[in-house]
Amino acid sequence: MKKSKNLIYSAIFGVIILLLLFFLEANKFQYGMAYTILQKGMILAVVAVSMNLVTGFTGLFSLGQAGFMAIGAYVTGIFLIPSDSISEVYYISGVNPAIASFKNWLESGPAFLQPIIPYLALIIGGLLAALFAAVIGYPVLRLKSDYLAIATLGFSEIMRAIISSPQMDRVTNGSYGLKKIPGFTSIFEPFGIMVVCILLMVLLLRSTYGRAFRAIREDEIAAEAMGINLAKHKQMSFIIGSFFSAISGGMLAMFMRSIDSKSFSVSLTYDILLIVVIGGIGSVSGSVIAALLVTASKEWWLRFFDNPLFIGGVQIPLFRTGFRMVIFSVILLIVVLFYQRGIMGKNEFSWARLEKRLLKLFKRGGAKNA
Amino acid sequence: MPNHILSVNDITMQFGGVVAVNNLTLEVNENEIVSLIGPNGAGKTTAFNVITGVYAPTNGAVYVKDNMITSNFPKSSMKKLYAGENNGKYTTTMRKTPDQITKLGVARTFQNIRLFKELTAFENVLIAKHMLYKSNFLSATLCLNRKEEKAMREETMKLLDILGLTDVKDEIASSLPYGQQRHLEIARALATNPQLLLLDEPAAGMNPQETDELTKFIYDIRKKFNLTVFMIEHHMDLVMDISDRIYVLDFGKLIASGTPEEIQNNQRVIDAYLGVQEDGE
Repeated sequence: MKKSKNLIYSAIFGVIILLLLFFLEANKFQYGMAYTILQKGMILAVVAVSMNLVTGFTGLFSLGQAGFMAIGAYVTGIFLIPSDSISEVYYISGVNPAIASFKNWLESGPAFLQPIIPYLALIIGGLLAALFAAVIGYPVLRLKSDYLAIATLGFSEIMRAIISSPQMDRVTNGSYGLKKIPGFTSIFEPFGIMVVCILLMVLLLRSTYGRAFRAIREDEIAAEAMGINLAKHKQMSFIIGSFFSAISGGMLAMFMRSIDSKSFSVSLTYDILLIVVIGGIGSVSGSVIAALLVTASKEWWLRFFDNPLFIGGVQIPLFRTGFRMVIFSVILLIVVLFYQRGIMGKNEFSWARLEKRLLKLFKRGGAKNA
Repeated sequence: MPNHILSVNDITMQFGGVVAVNNLTLEVNENEIVSLIGPNGAGKTTAFNVITGVYAPTNGAVYVKDNMITSNFPKSSMKKLYAGENNGKYTTTMRKTPDQITKLGVARTFQNIRLFKELTAFENVLIAKHMLYKSNFLSATLCLNRKEEKAMREETMKLLDILGLTDVKDEIASSLPYGQQRHLEIARALATNPQLLLLDEPAAGMNPQETDELTKFIYDIRKKFNLTVFMIEHHMDLVMDISDRIYVLDFGKLIASGTPEEIQNNQRVIDAYLGVQEDGE
């Protein structure tokens, strides 16, 4: 009975989202801001959930997300830049002949393969990041908490340095970055990828492995005494998290159309960490909600503060470019002070909870009116 | 000849200059209840941690049935300075991690309860079932292991039922009353299908009535699960009631062993517990 009610709610919610997306897709020039914000939010949602998988559910405080995203982004970029414009992109030192011939081979492949190439690129980027995660995870995952954070942060910076190094000029175009990456054709592409990625992670977290991850988060010694192989499970969580981070990085490359190594600096990791903390460490739905909220308020809703404001012909001096970031920080402080465990804490979204909340709110409002 | 399920040979455990356990040798036979007692700081918990693989001993070896689980593992030159009286007898160096030891059928509880605090009682026990099933993460993610998952949940329910925790199965572990947390910890240990159950002060913080119940409870589970129990305990009532044999540790050294009656009448044990009266003054 209750289950069917939840199902109906979810179905209605899904239909509303789809209708909204159709509407945005049809009027994407009119609602350009909402359109781009939504796309970026979706991309950040994937990486936020993947970071939550590692940090929130397995208890490994890893700050290497930007590095893994860079791997995914560059693989996707190299795969997708059309071979006609490749000499324009690598105009400084030319492209590695192996990459050029590989791209020619790819584009001369059968026609039915062409639409799949972006997805293929995302997956290959993910697998490469997973490989890197496996290699660095072996020594690094022995470290605990802050030390692990510093080590992974170091990895992410090394990744960025390697990508922008002159030796990699013919592969990654060094510090000039990649341009002319074909983007998404519609908003349904990132939406679909996001849904599939997050669904996979949720299923993993609900499986017996997800429970083992949570056991490690709660108490490593007890988890080990219960027969959970710490090294293996930590490694697994780290690798899977990196895989999805890289997929999100690839999506980011397709969204931004041009990337360089600076887009994957430490501040990107902090942005993601911010989303995870605000959404609730250990809550998937919290991460998704926070990804959308944080992106929207940072890039869109607070824009108002950047424009000069006149009240009665007097210009208020505070309102100028960059002021929105101040407001944003203040809001962050307030959120962290009053919702210490984030929007969702460790809970997941459920219709029953929402119903209860709304009823409570409604009742309180009713009491005030009476 | 009795069947040893656990044998500890010449274990010495040294932390820097402190010798926590000094040449400890003991055996636990199948289906016995054996206790390890001693004053505070005698090295009981250290001995336990060596047996379960948390620490690697400076010298000595531990066998579970015929499997050597840990042996002579000096980590630094510091530890080699003093490696016990039988230094050099155990030359092979090997160590199994706690999870591998659990897979051999040794489950344990902890002195200060170590439940997965923010998970429900049901999940706590369910997690311990994880190692018994072989599904890999891909099949688990794609829900291809429904049968295993179902079996896991059924076994967990059965276990909670036997231990009388069915009513609280959806409660968060840390919100349970103390006694039930102890029970839950034992339930979690039993979920790994052990043959040997190691209890680290199971009656800590319990009143006499609860201790009585615990005695019955331990007898019960031993019978139901065909267990061997090896425990550390401070409550003498419980120890004397329940144990088949007792080992006494003092300052890391084994000072006595035998049946409860023998221990009760052993002068060295009485001295260790009550202190020796010095002549003169």
